[in-house]
Formats: sequence, structure tokens, C-alpha cells
Amino acid sequence: MRTPFTLRFLAAMPRSGWIAMGLFAAITLVLMPALHLFVPESHPLHVSNYVITLGGKIMCYAIVAVAMDLVWGYGGILSLGHGVFFALGGYAFGMYLMREIGTDGSYQSHLPDFMVFLDWKELPWYWAGSDSFLLTLLLVLAVPSLVAYVFGYFAFRSRIKGVYFAIITQALTFAAMLLFFRNETGFGGNNGFTDFKRILGYDITSPEMRATLFALSALVLMLTLLVGRYLVISKFGRILAAIRDAESRVMFIGYNPLHYKLLIWTVSAMLCGIAGALYVPQVGIINPGEMSPANSIEIAIWVAVGGRGTLIGPVIGAGLVNAFKSYFTVAFPEYWLFFLGALFVGVTLWLPEGVVGLWKRIKARGKA
Amino acid sequence: MNSKPVSVEAENQGGEGSAQVVGHVLQPGVDISHKVILYLEDISVSFDGFKALNNLNMTIDAGELRCIIGPNGAGKTTMMDVITGKTRPDSGTCFFGQTLDLTRMTEPEIAHAGIGRKFQKPTIFENHTVFENLELAMKTDKRVWASLFAWLDREGRDKIADTLKLIRLDQEADRQAGLLSHGQKQWLEIGMLLMQEPQLLLLDEPVAGMTDDETERTAELFKSLAGKHSLVVVEHDMAFIEQLGGKVTVLHEGSVLAEGSLAKVQADQRVIEVYLGR
Repeated sequence: MRTPFTLRFLAAMPRSGWIAMGLFAAITLVLMPALHLFVPESHPLHVSNYVITLGGKIMCYAIVAVAMDLVWGYGGILSLGHGVFFALGGYAFGMYLMREIGTDGSYQSHLPDFMVFLDWKELPWYWAGSDSFLLTLLLVLAVPSLVAYVFGYFAFRSRIKGVYFAIITQALTFAAMLLFFRNETGFGGNNGFTDFKRILGYDITSPEMRATLFALSALVLMLTLLVGRYLVISKFGRILAAIRDAESRVMFIGYNPLHYKLLIWTVSAMLCGIAGALYVPQVGIINPGEMSPANSIEIAIWVAVGGRGTLIGPVIGAGLVNAFKSYFTVAFPEYWLFFLGALFVGVTLWLPEGVVGLWKRIKARGKA
Repeated sequence: MNSKPVSVEAENQGGEGSAQVVGHVLQPGVDISHKVILYLEDISVSFDGFKALNNLNMTIDAGELRCIIGPNGAGKTTMMDVITGKTRPDSGTCFFGQTLDLTRMTEPEIAHAGIGRKFQKPTIFENHTVFENLELAMKTDKRVWASLFAWLDREGRDKIADTLKLIRLDQEADRQAGLLSHGQKQWLEIGMLLMQEPQLLLLDEPVAGMTDDETERTAELFKSLAGKHSLVVVEHDMAFIEQLGGKVTVLHEGSVLAEGSLAKVQADQRVIEVYLGR
């Protein structure tokens, strides 16, 4: 009498959801890369470098937003430190990218430029294995999730919740930023990593590489949505939402909230790490600024704007806010933060359920 | 993890084949071989100097239906907190059956061992449907991995359907629980308790906010549960307690003031002074 797993998965989304995802896949996996690679630059249908990179970047942000929605929208755990997991994934992949430069750096040394500059003679022990692509992929997954697991274990075991938890996560990302700012930490100090040349021997700035990274980001985003969707409609997801709404009742019917929170928290951090690893080769730089408290707050704003507890809302939120940001920071650079603040206040006051909530209201009114 | 609330000694002893000689093997689950399901001995709890419980002694027999009354601040809710692991007593022992020391177990472990609790204010999952509320409460493997891949089978569905009928919410199965009336929420929480299949039910003011008709049906339900389950009911509603007809314990200032049939405690001069007379 057990329903096969694949069938359960198919039932996880309404038909319209699958159609939308198929459409998204066709555009991001086939159409956009093809228009970028095979249509000559002079042609009006050509998709430029700028668009491909910006698109890839925003999709990485969208992955982070979905990961954030899993813990905040469904688990009721507001994290204002998710940037740290994103940055850790980015740094883990950045180490590999630095090693791939080989002797093509400014100092033609085997060591990354910043180490030569600091007069270091050899790689620190924790850089061991960073030249291996496979090991790097493992690190990308393991480092953010391990940090999240340990941090989460102590925080959730002590039953730290709500605003207190949010403040501690802010402190976590701030402390990590200060640590990474130091040259002695061995991650390039305030300059971080940059001047990347290759991935697996292929030129990182080539159109083919850009298209590949773009498509990969889209693929990971879709997988994140699917996994997220499965998690929230499974019994696990219903328990998670129950913990959000009435934690003591959950405990008294025999579930231990610690393990439930810890799992979603760790999965969320891991997704952020993957997003960070995809982000760094596309923007070509990673520095401790990614761990600044303001960055993590911005992630929460994407989710709030799109609509908490909807999965698709955060994708829309991340897209909208970043599209605005791209425009605003060029047109009125000094007003961007004011605008962001106003947006957050406005959404909280008038759109508590975000853009998705607004859409639902419009649709309901149309029917009535 | 909430998987093994019980010691594994049973298996060890069984392996030696000495079970019949010894005559008493530690069984997994609640050991009610002495006909008692709950022991509270010399329990004291104080909050900032205020003694919420003061050398409280009480035993509940297996299958018993016990009512607890007492003025506000007598320690009724604190007592439930101690039994369910929410509050650790400063001193005293609290045993579930012969073997389970409740003062050393966490809330989920205690729930898993077979104690269900209904709160004073109905506490249900307001954003879930009535059906889902019962589903989540259902007795099953409640660890994370099991929940990730759990899928409701026919047997589970039938169980939920039976409970829905029992608590008269079968028409509301797909409604959001937050939209129920107060009385219905009380019933839903009782239903959730039953889905847990606990051996001991702690019910804190279960009929508050119910109509007379609902109260009467609740009394009938509780009476039908006694025997198979043990129930501890905290109530202020004397008519309801009379309907239940079980033994009554009067708490006052954190300890037991009187115990016996409702008629007996109502006739007790001290009880009249501290509680009923007011």
C-alpha cells in the first residue's frame, strides 16, 4: 500500500508548478545559453556577457533566499547570519580557484599572490588538498553545514529563539567577517580572493564557461526548489511548521524539536554554501564583505518581499530586489540603502505576505 | 533521541535464561505490576522563594480517573509541569510505573513513554487542518528520518477517521484548526491526546469554555476511557467533577489537603475553609 517515492514527488507540485518549472528550464538551460553562445554579438537577440553574469548571480541569490525561507518561513527561525554560510561556500571554492591560477599570478609563484605579498614560504596546512576539484566540492558542502550544525546544536539545545537567535546569528557573521579580514587567517584579508583564471583548466571568462555556470546555477536553483518542496509537504515539513506555531505542543506529543530544527538549519546552510560556490566564479571575487551583517539582513528582505513560507516567493523577491539594486546603484548610488530600508518597512506594513500574498489577494478578488 | 526511553536490561537478563528464576524481568514500557501508574513523593518546587509545590505526595492507580481541585496557585499546573518534564523538581521523586524516573527524562521522552497532556489553554496547530493535527499526534516513530519519509497508510487513516468521529469533528476534517470554536478546539486537543495512545492522560481544565451539552459528552468520554487509560483531570467545574465520579484530591499551597470521594472532601472543614467556602 506504499505509494512509490517518484509518485509522491510528482504529486508534490500542482501541474501549473511543473509547467512553470519546465518553462524555466527551457529558458535557462537551453535558450539563454544558446543565444549567448551561438548568436553573434551584433545580432539584437544576442544575450550579452552582462546579462548572463547578472542572471547567474541573481539565481545564486535566489537559492540563498529559498534556503532562508526553509528556516524562516517554515521553521520560524529568523537567521540574520545566512551570509556567512554563503561566504564559506564561496571561500571554499575560491581556494580552488586560487590554486588553479598556478604560476600565472603577478608574482609567478606557486603560492597565491597574497601569500607571496605576506612573505609566506609555503601553504598553510588547511590549504592542503585545495588543488583538488573533487575535494573542493566536498569542502563546499561540508564546511558551511558543519559550522551550521555545531552552531545550531548549541543554540537550539539551549532553546534560543526569536530575536535572540537572530541577534546571535548577526554576531556570528560579524565575528566571521572580522576573522576573515585578518591577513593571518590565510584567506587574503580584506582583498579576499580574485584574479581567477581557470576551472578544471578551462578559461573562466570564456563564453562557454559563463554559459555553463549560468545553466548550473539554474539547475541548482530548480533542484533546491524541488528538494524544498518535498521537505515542506512531507510530514517533516508539517512538523516543522507545527514547531513554528506551538513548540511545546510538539514536544508533548513526543517529537524532539532540536533534531527537526537542526536538520532544516543544516540543509539550509548547505544550500547557501553551494550558492556561494557558484557565485564566486561568476562575479570573479570573494572577500569578507560578503559576511557583513547588512548582507545577511538583505537576504531576509528578499524573502519578506517575495513572501515567506511560499518557496517561490523568495525567488521572486531575490530577483526583484536585485534587479532594482542593479538599476538603483547605478542611477542613484547614495540612495540605495534608504530605498532598501523603505522597501522593508513598506512590505512589513502593507504586504505581510509579500508579492505572492498580493498576487493571491488579487486572484481571490477576481473570483469574488 | 527519543527512541529508547527504557533501559535495555530486559534483553540482557533474558539472554541468560534466568527470567523465570528471578520472576521479575524489566519490561520495556511502563511497569504497572504494582497497580500504580504514577508516584509523586515529596515533590518540592520553588520559584524565587515561592513554594509552588511543597512536599507533594500522590499516587495514581492504573486505570484510575482522578480529579484534582484547589484554589488558584495551589500548584495544579506546576504538578503537571513536573510530571511532563517541563519543570524539574528541587527535591522528591516522580516515577511513571515502577521503573521510569520522570525527573531524568526530557519532554519528548516522557510523551513517548506514554504520558499525554492537554494544556489549560487549548494548544493545537492552528495553521494545520484538523486532520493534520491528529496525524501529527498519532503514535508512530517520531524521529526526524522517519518523518522525512513517512507516508500515511490505510491503517493510520482509519485511526484518524475513528478519532474524528469520537470527537465529533468528522465534518471539519479539512478545516483549518484555528477556525474551530473554543469547545471544538478543546475536543481536538483531546483527540490529539488519544491519537498518542498514552497510558496516562493529564487534562488541565478540559471543559473550560464548553457548553453544558459538550461538558456532559466530555464526561462520558472520559469515563469510557478510564480503565484502559489512567486520567488525571484538573477542573474547577464541580458539576463536571460530580459527573466523572472518581476520587478527588484537593491541593492547597503545594501539598495535598484532602483526598477521597467528592462528597467526602466537600464535607471536610479545612477544604471548605480554603476553597469551597469562598
